[in-house]
Amino acid sequence: MIIRKSASEIEGMARAGALVHETLQLCAEHLEPGVSMIELDRIAEEHVVAHGGVPTSKGYKGFPAALCISPNSMVVHGIPTEYRAHEGDLISVDLGVTLGGLVADSAVTLGVGEIDPESQRLLDVCQEALAAGIEHARPGNHLSDISHAVQTVVEDAGFSVVRSLVGHGVGRRYHEDPQVPNFGPPGRGPVLQVGTTLAIEPMITAGSADVYVHDDDWSISSVDSSLAAHFEHTVAITAEGPRVLTAAGAALLR
Amino acid sequence: MPAKEEKIEVEGEVVEALPSTMFRVQIDGGHSVLATISGKMRKHYIRILPGDKVKVELSPYDLNRGRITYRHR
Repeated sequence: MIIRKSASEIEGMARAGALVHETLQLCAEHLEPGVSMIELDRIAEEHVVAHGGVPTSKGYKGFPAALCISPNSMVVHGIPTEYRAHEGDLISVDLGVTLGGLVADSAVTLGVGEIDPESQRLLDVCQEALAAGIEHARPGNHLSDISHAVQTVVEDAGFSVVRSLVGHGVGRRYHEDPQVPNFGPPGRGPVLQVGTTLAIEPMITAGSADVYVHDDDWSISSVDSSLAAHFEHTVAITAEGPRVLTAAGAALLR
Repeated sequence: MPAKEEKIEVEGEVVEALPSTMFRVQIDGGHSVLATISGKMRKHYIRILPGDKVKVELSPYDLNRGRITYRHR
């Protein structure tokens, strides 16, 4: 059942979202060649806690860290390790924050130092796909309008949409109904209503759409070791349009 | 943190092997689906042949396509 949030809950989620956004920016500032993933996770966790928040993923179904850090061909759910960033790496960072009892969830894929043009294109397309998905997060649209928009941008660019992982409702809990796939025909699924809060998160690769789970039972990588990108925002559906709660200023898009 | 899509697990028998490592699988008690091999099985080079009994995951978004996740002995 889709839980629609009150105006005050959405404001609360926006505060959590601002902290997520700030923390991800901090990660971006610190990420350079030689930085270890464990170090990045520590920086993020300290920042979240210092501002009164709790990292949602720590302890969630046994996940051991505040950040999911997924390098290169790893798509999502990477557990931070001693791995040190190399020039040219693509590092995906995914953070959930619980603040005042409400959850916001966002992710970015960051290039380390200079990255090659195809890697940059992968990042650009993934962000475009997220923006296209967000554009369709309006009352009266169907859920799969978002999914279809994401898929169109990604596949038109020649990249693949990972199908076995999906976005999700978010707010009172980390994962709520509905599931938000990144593919599918338009016009399907529930009709979006004011108060619905979704984590929209395209996960794409430069090669195969198939992924597998590592032996740590968490990390998920592309089966052909192709580079992967992941961008995510928590979006509230309002009468005036989609409101991105995990971007600067929790801006209202028209 | 993304969620894993809710999958429906069913059992079936491989009817034919198709190009691009796709298979037609007859689901127990129902229709036939077009299935791929799961990433984990590809990684371990597990072969699938017509007649094999397999476990198939179906996506709730498309019940005619599946993913073979296990080959029974």
